[in-house]
Amino acid sequence: MRYIPNSPEERQEMLRSLGLGAAEELFDSIPAEIRLSAPLKTPDALSEIELLERFETLAARNAAARRPSFLGAGAYSHYAPTIVDALIQRSEFFTAYTPYQPEISQGTLQAIFEFQTLVCQLTGMDVANASMYDGSTAMAEAVLMAERVTRRSRVLVSGAVHPEYMQVAETYVAHAGIELRRTGFDMETGRTTIDEGVGVEGGALDKSVAAVVIQSPNFFGCVEELKAWADRAHAVGALLVVVVTEAASFGLLRSPGACGADIVVAEGQSLGVPLSYGGPYVGLFATREQYARQIPGRLAGVAYDKQGRRGFVLTLATREQHIRREKATSNICTNEGLIALAATIYMTALGRRGLQEVAAQCAQKAAYARKRIAALEGFSVAHSAPVFNEFVVRAPVEAQGILRRLADEHNLTGGLALSRYFPERPNDFLVCVTETNKREEIDALVEGLKKVWSLESGV
Amino acid sequence: MDKKATPHITQNEALVFERSQTGRRGYRLPALDVEETALDELLPAELLRDDDLEGVPELSEPDVVRHFTRISTWNYNIDLGLYPLGSCTMKYNSRLNERVARIKGFASLHPLADETDAQGALEVMYELQNHLAEVTGLPGVSLQPAAGAHGEMTGVMMIRAFLDARDGATDEGAPRRNVMLIPDSAHGTNPASAHLSGFTVKTIRSTSEGLTDLEHLRELCASGDVAGLMLTNPNTCGIFERNIREICGVIHEAGGLVYMDGANMNALVGVARPGDMGVDVIHLNLHKTFSTPHGGGGPGSGPCCCTSELEPFLPVPRVVTTGGEIGNPRFTLDYERPQSIGRVKAFFGNFGMHLRALAYILTHGNDGLREATEAAVLNARFISQGLADTFEKPFDSPPMHEVLFTDKRQTRKGVHTLDIAKRLIDYGFHPMTIYFPLIVQGAMLIEPTESVGRAELQQFIEAMKEIAREATEDPETVLNAPHTTRIGRLDEAAAARKPVLRWKPTEKTATA
Repeated sequence: MRYIPNSPEERQEMLRSLGLGAAEELFDSIPAEIRLSAPLKTPDALSEIELLERFETLAARNAAARRPSFLGAGAYSHYAPTIVDALIQRSEFFTAYTPYQPEISQGTLQAIFEFQTLVCQLTGMDVANASMYDGSTAMAEAVLMAERVTRRSRVLVSGAVHPEYMQVAETYVAHAGIELRRTGFDMETGRTTIDEGVGVEGGALDKSVAAVVIQSPNFFGCVEELKAWADRAHAVGALLVVVVTEAASFGLLRSPGACGADIVVAEGQSLGVPLSYGGPYVGLFATREQYARQIPGRLAGVAYDKQGRRGFVLTLATREQHIRREKATSNICTNEGLIALAATIYMTALGRRGLQEVAAQCAQKAAYARKRIAALEGFSVAHSAPVFNEFVVRAPVEAQGILRRLADEHNLTGGLALSRYFPERPNDFLVCVTETNKREEIDALVEGLKKVWSLESGV
Repeated sequence: MDKKATPHITQNEALVFERSQTGRRGYRLPALDVEETALDELLPAELLRDDDLEGVPELSEPDVVRHFTRISTWNYNIDLGLYPLGSCTMKYNSRLNERVARIKGFASLHPLADETDAQGALEVMYELQNHLAEVTGLPGVSLQPAAGAHGEMTGVMMIRAFLDARDGATDEGAPRRNVMLIPDSAHGTNPASAHLSGFTVKTIRSTSEGLTDLEHLRELCASGDVAGLMLTNPNTCGIFERNIREICGVIHEAGGLVYMDGANMNALVGVARPGDMGVDVIHLNLHKTFSTPHGGGGPGSGPCCCTSELEPFLPVPRVVTTGGEIGNPRFTLDYERPQSIGRVKAFFGNFGMHLRALAYILTHGNDGLREATEAAVLNARFISQGLADTFEKPFDSPPMHEVLFTDKRQTRKGVHTLDIAKRLIDYGFHPMTIYFPLIVQGAMLIEPTESVGRAELQQFIEAMKEIAREATEDPETVLNAPHTTRIGRLDEAAAARKPVLRWKPTEKTATA
C-alpha cells in the first residue's frame, strides 16, 4: 500500500527485531473470539486512475452543480478568488495539527488571531472565537451561553430563523433545562413579531427570558430591525442573539454589534468557502468583552517570549473541555480551522472595498430580479420588508412544480420551494441572487418563469 | 516593545492589518451588469452599514500571498515530518483525496438541491455509510456530526433517547437512569459531551495494568441508575481492554448501554470490530483514522455508528436507498424518523470530509486497510522497545498503536515532560501528546501511525535518547528549549491574565 513507507520486507525485519514472527501476533492482546478471521467486506483497492474515474462518474450525476442557481437559504454561491484555495492547499496549513505547541504553530495561531479580529470587525463585536462547526451549531451554543450568562432558562427564537437552525437548537437544549419558544412573524412584512403568531405560539418577552434570537436577514430574506429588538430585550435584562446566515450581508448592512447585539453568530460559508453539499462550513461566534470568559471554543491571544518577541497562543483554556471536562463551556475540540483560514484569506483578498462591492452587487442584482419578477403576470413578491439578496416569490401555482420545470426545461435552479419547511406555503419560493448571477441568468429566470406559467395556465 | 525575531524579512511578518495600505486592491469583480438603484431606495439608512468597514485591511494580491505564505513557513506539518501525537493519528493526508473533494460536481453542489439533481452526492454518503458499518460492525450510521466531540454528543444523546423510550420517565418526570460512567483516563470531551446530554458523570478507576477496573465498574453499576459507559478501546494508555466483552456485559446487565470513543480505531480497522465487542454506539474521527486533514484545527467529521436497536434514534435525515430502476438504485433523504434525536447540524455533515474518507477507503482496499492497522501498531511497538530502557513505562501490557511513557526518571534531575517536549522541537519533531491521560504523572503518549518509515522512527528514538542523556548531563539545555525556533516559550500565564484577543487600530497591545 503506497501510503505506508515501510515495505513488507522492512516490516518483517521490524517484527523479528521485536521477537515476533507474523503481524498477526501484534494483536495477541485482543481475545481470539473478537479478532476478525476474514477480511472486511470493503471493496478492493483502486488505482488513482480508477478512483478518479469513479468519483467523476458520481460527480456527473449532480446536475444541480452544473446549472445557474438561485438557491440560498443558508448556503450561498459566491466567487472565491483563486488564491484562497491555492494558499490553503499549502502543506503547512492543511496538514498542520491544532496549535497546542505554539513555538511551531505560529502560522496557524496568527491566522486565527487575524480571523478573530476580522470577525469582530464584520460583526461589530469585541471578542470572537476561532470558529464553531457552522452557523447552526453556533446558534445552539449561543443559546446555551445565554442561559449561562443570565441564569434564565427561557429563550425566544424568531419564527423567521432558518428552520434547520431551529431544529439543531432544539436538539442541543433537550437536556439542558432550557425552554425554546418560537415567535411568530408577520406574513405581510416578513419580519419577526412577538405578539402575533402564524400558527405558532407566541411568547411574551419578560424577565424570565434569557435571550431573544433574531436572524437578519431572516430566512425569508427580510432585514430585521435589530436595534428595536436590542432595546426590547435589554429592557427586560435579556440578551439579543443575532444570527446571520449570509455573511456577504456584513458588507452592506449595519453590523449587529452597532445595533446592540450581545452575541452574534453567523455562517461564514459565503466568505470563500465552496458549497460542497453542505460542509465543511464555518461558524462565526462573537460577543461583548464582558462575556468573553463564557464564550465556547478556542481563543487565540497575544503572548510574549523571554526575549520580548510577540507571538500567539491558545488562551483562556480553562473554559474548555480538556481542562474543565464536564464543567466546560462547550464540548467542542476540533472546529473548522482550515475553513476559518479560507475565510480569513478571502476577507483579506477582497478587503474593505471588495466586501463592500460584493455586497452592493448582491443587493443590486437581487433588486433587479425582484423588480422583474414582481412585474410578471401571476407572480408577486410575498413580503414588503427590505431585503439584502434573498426574497420570497409567490407563484400562481405550486412552486415545486414550477421549479422542477425550470430545471428540466430551462436548465436553471430557480430557488427553494418554501413547502420544504413550511407546508402551509405551497406556492412560495425563496430566490437568492449573488454577484455570481449574470444579468443573462436573471433574465433567463424571469423568461423561464413566464414561459412555464404561460404553458401551465394555457395563456 | 515588540522585538524582531531575526533580521530575516519572512520571520517578522506582521499582522495583516499592520500591512494594510489604503487604496490597495486584491480582487476584481466584473462590472455591475444591471441598472443600479440608489441604495437608500433599497434599504433605509438606519439598516445600512455606518462604519465603512473600518479596520478591515486593504492589500494587493501579492501582499496577501506573501503574508500567508510567510506565516505558513512557521508551522510544523505532517508533510514535513513525524507528529508522534498520541490519540491524534497524524497520518499522511493524501493529495488524491484533495483532488476528489474539489471535483466541480461535488464542490459546487448546493445542499438544498433537489435530490434528483444530487444523486452522486447521496450515493457517496450512502457508500461511505456502508463501509463504516462494515469497519465497525455496527449497521446504523449517521454522517451528520461535524467532529469527534459532536459525534460523542450525538451518541450519548441517542443512549438517553433509547433509555427514555425503553424505560419511560419516573413519576417526577425525570429519567430514571442518569449516570454516565467514564474512566479516569478519558479524553475531556467525554464528560463534556455527557454533561451536554444531561448526564451526571461518575468516574471509574483504572487498574495498575492501565485497564478499566472491573470491580469498581460492578460496584458503580450496583446503584441501578447507570445509563451507560463511555469507553475508548484501545484505551488512552494505548492498551487494548481485553475484558471488553465482560465490561459490556456488566453494563448491559445493569440496564445500560456502551458508548465507544472511536479515536483509537487506527489499532482496530480490519482486525477487530467494536460491534463484535458488545459496543452499542461509536463515533469515528474521519480526521484521524481515515486521514482527512487536520487543517490546523479542523474541519473534522465524527460519524456515529450504532446497533439496529439504536438506529431509530440517529440524527435526521438518514441517507437511504429506494428501489429505483433495476441496477440503478435511487438515493434519497429520509425525514420520517419520529424517534430521532433530531438534527445535530444543518444539512448533512461535513460532506467534503466524507468524500476524502471514501477516497481513503477505496485507495486502501480491504487489504490496505488491514495493512495500515498492522503497520501502525508495529511502529508503536518499535518505539516502545526502542525507548523502554530510557523512559519509564507505567504499564507492562503491550501497547497497540500508541505507547505511554512518563518523565519519572528525568524528573530526578528537574526535567519534566514539558521540557522534553520542547527540546524535541530542536530535533525537528513535533512533540508527542503531553500530560494526557491524566491518570499518569507527566504522561507522554506517542502514536507514530503507519505513515512513518523505519529510518525516521530510528531518528525519533535517537532524539528521545539524546534528550534523556541531556536531561542528566546538561539539563539547562532541555529546560530552556526550544532554541532553534523563531520564537521561544511564550508566557501563557500572562496571556491568560490579560487576554488580548484581537488587533485594534489605535493601540497595538490593547488589552481585552
